[in-house]
Formats: sequence, structure tokens, C-alpha cells
Amino acid sequence: MNRTRTATGPSVDGLDARLVVDRGTFRLDVALAVAPGEVVALLGPNGAGKTTALRVLAGLTPLTDGHLRLDGTELDRMPPESRPVGVVFQDYLLFPHLTALDNVAFGPRCQGATKAEARAQAAEWLDRLGLAAHTGAKPRRLSGGQAQRVALARALATRPRLLLLDEPLAALDARTRLEVRARLRRHLADFEAVAVLVTHDPLDAMVLADRLVVVEHGRVVQEGTPADIARHPRTDYIARLVGLNLYRGEADGHGVRLADGPSLTTTEVLSGPVFVAFPPSAVTLHRERPTGSSARNVWRCEVAGMETHGDQIRADLTGELPLVADLTTVAAAELGLHPGAEVWATVKAAQTHAYPV
Amino acid sequence: MTRTVRRTRRPLPWAAGGAAALLALSACSSSGSDSSAKPDSSGSGEPSGEVTVFAAASLKESFTTLGEQFEKEHPGTKVTFSFGGSDSLAASITGGAPADVFAAASPKTMKIVTDAQDASGAPATFVRNELEIATLPGNPGKISSLKDLTKAGLKVVLCDEEVPCGAAAQKALDASRLKLTPVSYEQDVKAALTKVELKEADAAVVYRTDVHAAGDKVAGVEFPESADAVNDYPIALLKDAKNAEAAKAFIALVRSAEGQKVLSGAGFLKP
Amino acid sequence: MTLPTDKPRTAAGTLRPGSPRRRRVRTGVPLPLLIPALLGLAFLIVPLAALLVRTPWQSLPAQLTSPEVWQALKLSLICATLATGVSLVIGVPLAWLLARVDFPGRGLVRALVTLPLVLPPVVGGVALLMALGRNGIVGQWLDSWFGITLPFTTAGVVIAEAFVAMPFLVISVEGTLRAADPRYEEAAATLGASRFTAFRRVTLPLIAPGIAAGAVLAWARALGEFGATITFAGNFPGRTQTMPLAVYLALQSDPEAATALSLVLLAVSIVVLAGLRDRWMSAG
Repeated sequence: MNRTRTATGPSVDGLDARLVVDRGTFRLDVALAVAPGEVVALLGPNGAGKTTALRVLAGLTPLTDGHLRLDGTELDRMPPESRPVGVVFQDYLLFPHLTALDNVAFGPRCQGATKAEARAQAAEWLDRLGLAAHTGAKPRRLSGGQAQRVALARALATRPRLLLLDEPLAALDARTRLEVRARLRRHLADFEAVAVLVTHDPLDAMVLADRLVVVEHGRVVQEGTPADIARHPRTDYIARLVGLNLYRGEADGHGVRLADGPSLTTTEVLSGPVFVAFPPSAVTLHRERPTGSSARNVWRCEVAGMETHGDQIRADLTGELPLVADLTTVAAAELGLHPGAEVWATVKAAQTHAYPV
Repeated sequence: MTRTVRRTRRPLPWAAGGAAALLALSACSSSGSDSSAKPDSSGSGEPSGEVTVFAAASLKESFTTLGEQFEKEHPGTKVTFSFGGSDSLAASITGGAPADVFAAASPKTMKIVTDAQDASGAPATFVRNELEIATLPGNPGKISSLKDLTKAGLKVVLCDEEVPCGAAAQKALDASRLKLTPVSYEQDVKAALTKVELKEADAAVVYRTDVHAAGDKVAGVEFPESADAVNDYPIALLKDAKNAEAAKAFIALVRSAEGQKVLSGAGFLKP
Repeated sequence: MTLPTDKPRTAAGTLRPGSPRRRRVRTGVPLPLLIPALLGLAFLIVPLAALLVRTPWQSLPAQLTSPEVWQALKLSLICATLATGVSLVIGVPLAWLLARVDFPGRGLVRALVTLPLVLPPVVGGVALLMALGRNGIVGQWLDSWFGITLPFTTAGVVIAEAFVAMPFLVISVEGTLRAADPRYEEAAATLGASRFTAFRRVTLPLIAPGIAAGAVLAWARALGEFGATITFAGNFPGRTQTMPLAVYLALQSDPEAATALSLVLLAVSIVVLAGLRDRWMSAG
């Protein structure tokens, strides 16, 4: 077995894992090191292997290779029921035949508590999560937000050393989501052990997690604090998630020659392979080729598509440089933008950001 | 084929007519040639063509042998058998099924046919069947009489009184003033015999011919009281016979010394 | 009887003649479905109705008050219920195994489980004799070690009925298990429940309606069981003679009595099945 440790992980406490699952055409190989009290989000597109990673941590899917240690204890051969792991499932999986109280009491019961003890503990957890009024309700009588909290209470009631949350907010409507996200943030902040959550929503990840691990095609493509990742995306997926135009090229001083396209001028002085990123709001569109503009980055583009984005219009452009541009509705009207229209795009060098690969 | 059905003269209840049609169809399809079904009215004396015999299930082995013998003796003839429970055969005949000869396992079932005026002439008893005790091979229970069956610890099965072998057994038991509580009243004689063959029961009261047919899987014990419950097997030519000549010849073979030899070989008694 | 298809036509005629929109609003039953459906219903109902029509109502009270009938009926109900109990105790775990555990040859095992469905019951009875009879491959040890012989006993009736009825329960429960979300068991496991605890406290309550439906099917099959019972357990009044056996033997000499007995069995089945349906199946 491969015993190599990740750079961040040789601590005894917390989670130290390299998860390898081989399923023919799909291979997951993800290293994770999380300290107690830290909240890590596995962020990635559908099919990236996030949920598989979560199942491996819970013991519901066996490891093909790698290792899994929690607080110094080997977990990889332990059955799920023996692991000190709590899971909040995507659709909660509250037992429909049990009340909220008995759902939460289920874990303590399995750990050997008497029925009365288990119920007392469950009542305490529900109370802590603001559900004291709903202890007797069956899951189908609970709202989405309440069910989510019952699921969290149920997972926490086993006093896990590792809390796993699979898309904890995905089943909620937009309005509930806002409120539940804030609540969950507080509960996770209080949680003293390791928390790993899986999501495809960058906002959930950035609000809830201390650190993001971006997974694509079964591999970690980027890791870091939410702010770091938002500023320095390293893949198209992340750039799209955080709403940046991202290009890869060869830097030589202020100029960056893109892999298959024009050159870009940046403020940074770099050399070698670099990423260049700039937000859609940094793009200015013109009907005619701008003359005398200070912008050195000028490209001829064609509007491929448009959509409203908040109170703005987001234009998807193709041409010399494929990019996304944000502009006000007024500006869009003045330019007479429509799919197929020809425009000139400029970006000020000061608004671009280049960083080494 | 439909012609055979249309020839049925008497009006029939719908269901019985349907059953008869089915029987006629199966009889014709097994014959293979339609011409052989034509009555032999030339009166030359030498039987030919097809003859259809409805016979009790217990006659299957011996009648099949006799049928082959008949076809060999009379080239150009073909004997078709339908073996089954005497009751259901009698019901088919009165329902209009095309048959030339009926051989029943009891006078009671033959009476159904004669009462319906479907027989031509009086039926004749051609064999008799007697009860016998079937016990395990080697007779480990040392059973030698009907009385021995009442021994404690012995598992005996009888036929249910509703079926002929059970009625006969009860008659024999009553005649000898024996009270026998079996472990089971079986639904027919074969079921009773099977229980002994599988060694689930120690003994069963069945027909002699059944003990015979079972070979060495069971041992037979004769008992004198069986004389009180002898079963006569009657045979009769049927009125609607299409091949009366050949049918008569077949009945003659069954009753001849030659036929009796085959039948006693199967365990039947002479009438 | 008014055919449901008549309705849209009258409605269209009175309200808005020839309006296709009107016609589409009412949900008529298409004839290619309705005709075979009614035929199917008649096919099932007519024989039962015939039984009612031909029942000798005059002699019925006498039949019903005869102690033999009550004895056979009581034995039938007790044995069918016990056979259902046996099927539940061993059949539900078997269904779970088939639905939830991936083992080599599972398809073959599933086929074997359903075999008693296609086996002529009499053959099933003979097979039981060969296995559990006094001289059977298992039965001989039961006899010599424990002094237990099953043929010709009431226990034998229960076994024969369970053998024939259990596949119905297993198939029904397995189907329900397959339809049930296995992730509830996973959720239970992450909460510290062993597979058995998860089965007992989560899966079992979730599939209760399916189990009830399977049990009702098995009970009904056991109640009507004839071939395997008479072959394996024989026929002795009060001990192994259930209603179907009594009906069959009565049929040999007294078809009228047989009809009356059938009617009793039919009536009891309808009462019990209708009662159970309302109580269990609608809840699920």
C-alpha cells in the first residue's frame, strides 16, 4: 500500500487519507488531510467522484488502494457501523416510519444507550438545532429546512469524529437555502472534529468551508482557501464557477502569448507558462474598432449568446478570443447587441491578473 | 374430422358435446388415416381397420400387450387405447365419445354405460382383481394376515372409502370384524402404494395387480378375507361401435386362454 | 350495466356536438382494453358464480353443521396460518438475501426458489417425502435422532403448505425490497447499526406493506393447497384432512356435498382476504 503522506497531513489528529477507487473506466485518486475543527469542501462537477470519495470515507464503498486514518486510527477495513463517522445525505434519508426524535435517537440506540437515554439525547440535539417543537413529527411533515436540520442532528448525535455532508443544501429551494446555509455555517463552526462536505455549488462551498478541494475527473485539480481559489482559478471549470475569464499561455515580460490565440498584455512581469484571468466586468465592448484607447488588449468578436445576470447582461463572445463580458442593459441597448452581432472587446491590462501555472 | 362429430346422433348437452368433439379430435389425430375409421360392413369375417378401446387404468400393461398381439394376428388392424379412471371413461362414453370397446374396473362403472343404453349386449366379466397387502420388501413387519395390520406401531394406509379400493378394503375388514385405524386414507390406490414404495408407510391394502406392477419395490401378502371383496372387471361391445367386427374379435382375444394368460401374468384372477 | 365509454358520447352529444375537445376531457376506456378486461373478469367470475348457482342450498345447512366440515375447516385455517408463519420466518430473510446480497449464482438460486410454483404439487409432495419422509435423506436423521416423523402428521400439512406457498411470499417481498431504497440501510449503517439491526429497525418497517401482501398471497395459496398435502401428509380426518382434501374425496361419490364444501372454503377465504386487504394493503 502506498503510505506517502500529503504535505499538509502528517498530524496524528484529524483525517489523513488517500482515497483510490478503481471502477474500470473511472478512477478516483484523491488525497485529503483535514485537521480537527476544519471544514473542507470537495467541489467539482457532476461525475467528478466527489460522492464516491464521501462513500469511501463513510465505509459504504471499499477502497481499492490508498489509506484512511482518522485521529491515528486505521479506518479502511472497518465496517461503516463501527466508524466514528456521521453522514448527512443529500436527500437526508430520514427514516420515514420514525418521528424526528426517534430518527435522531437511532444512532445513540445503536451505540448501546437505553431507549430513554437515547431519546433524552435526541431531544437535546433537536433543541440545540431549534427543532424542539417538531420532535414528534414524521419526516414527511417536516419542511426541507427542518428535515435538513433533523438529518444534521441525527448525524451529530452519534458524536462522530468525522462529519460528512453530501450536497447538504441541494434539496432546498432558493429561499430556504439562504437561511439554512447561514445556520449550517454556524453549526459547522461549532463542530470540533473533522467536517468534509461535498458540493457542486461554489457559493455553498465558499460560505461553509475553510478550505476547498476541487475535484475533476477523479483527481484533485486545485486546493486552497476560498479566496485563493476565487482569485487564482487553474481550470476552466473553476474559472467558470467563480465567474472569471481564464487563459493559459507563455509569458514573456508583460506579454502573454496564449496557447492558440492572440497575445495578452498584463501588469505582472513573468516568464514561462502562466494563467491569465480577468472578470467579465473588466471587458468593454465597442461597435467600432476603438482608436486611441488605452486598452492594449483589443479583439474582434462575435456575440454567440446573451443572458441576464442579476441586473446586468452577460454576453458570451467568440472570435479572436472567446470570452464572457458583463455590461449594463443600457449599454447593451446602445450597442444594439444581438446574437451574431460583431463587436470589439477591450480589456485594460490593469484588470488582468497573471500567475504561474 | 368434423364428420365424426356430426354423426353423433343424440342431442348432447353443450359441455359434453364439446368434450366429445375434443375426444373425437384426439382419437382421429392418433389414428392417422381417415379411411380406417369406416365401418367394415362387408361381413367377410376377417377383422380389419381401427378399433378403439376404452379401458381402466389398471389394465394398461396387459391390454397394451394384447393390442400388439391382436395387430400381429390380424394384419391391417390397429388398436387404439384410451386408459383412464373407469368413472371418467364411462362419462366420456355416455357423452358420445367414439369407442368400440369398454373394459371397466368395476360393475358399478359399467352400469353407467349399460344404463345409458350405450352397450350392445350384456357385459361379460373377463377378470377379477383381489385385494392384497403391500408391505415393505422382505416384509420386516412379519405381516401375514389382515389382523396383523392392526398391530400397534405399524403405519398402515388405506384408500379412502369414497374410492373403490377403499370400499373393498373396508368390506374385508368389516367381514372379519377388524377395526383398523390407518395413518391416512389415500385418494387412490396408486397413492396408497406410493406411500409403501417410499417406505413412509409399513403397509397398504391395495389390488393384487398393483403389487404385481410395483415389482420388488413392495412385498405382497395375500389374505383370505380378500375373497369377500373381489372386484369384477366387465368388458362390453359398445352400441355405437364403428368397427363392431374387429371389436368383437378383440373381446374374444381378451377372453381367450391366450388373453387370460397375459392378464393373469399381471396379477388378475380368472373370472 | 353502463359502459364507461357510453358517457363521453352522451356528454359530447348534449353539450357540444362534435367537439373533439369535449371528448378528450372525459377519460373513456379504450375498447381494445375494455373488452379483454371484461372477458378476463367474466373468465374468473363465471366458474365461481356457477358454483353458487349449482349449490344445493337445501342440503347446505346440514353440510355446514356436520362436525367433519368444521374439523376440516378448522384444520385448514390453522395449517394455512402456521404455514404462512413459517414462510414469514424463513422466507423474508431469504428474500432479503436475494435482493440485497450479491453472491455468485444468485440468478440460479432465485430460479430454484420459484421452482415450487411450476412443480406440480403432487410432485412437490413426493419430493418432500423423499427429503423429509421417514426414509428421506433428511427425514431418516430426524427419525433416528429425534424420533420425529413428519408424514401423516399435522406438522406435515404445515410443511407441505409452506413448501408450496412460500415462493409467493419470497417473490413478493423480494420485489418490494428491490423497489425499496437500499440507501436507508446505508444511512442506518453510518449511524452504527449492524446489517441485522438495519434490517430489523429500518428495512422491515419500510417493506411491511409488501410483506403483508406476500403473506396474504401465501396464506391463500396454503388454504387451497391439495396435491402436496395429500401426498406428503396423507388424509386423515382431524389430523391431516384439510378442506381441499375433503372436497376432493367428497367429489368421488357426492358431488353435491363437494360443492357445498367448496362454498364454505370460498366464503371463509373471501371474508379473510377482504378483511386483510382493508386492514393491511390500503395502508401501504
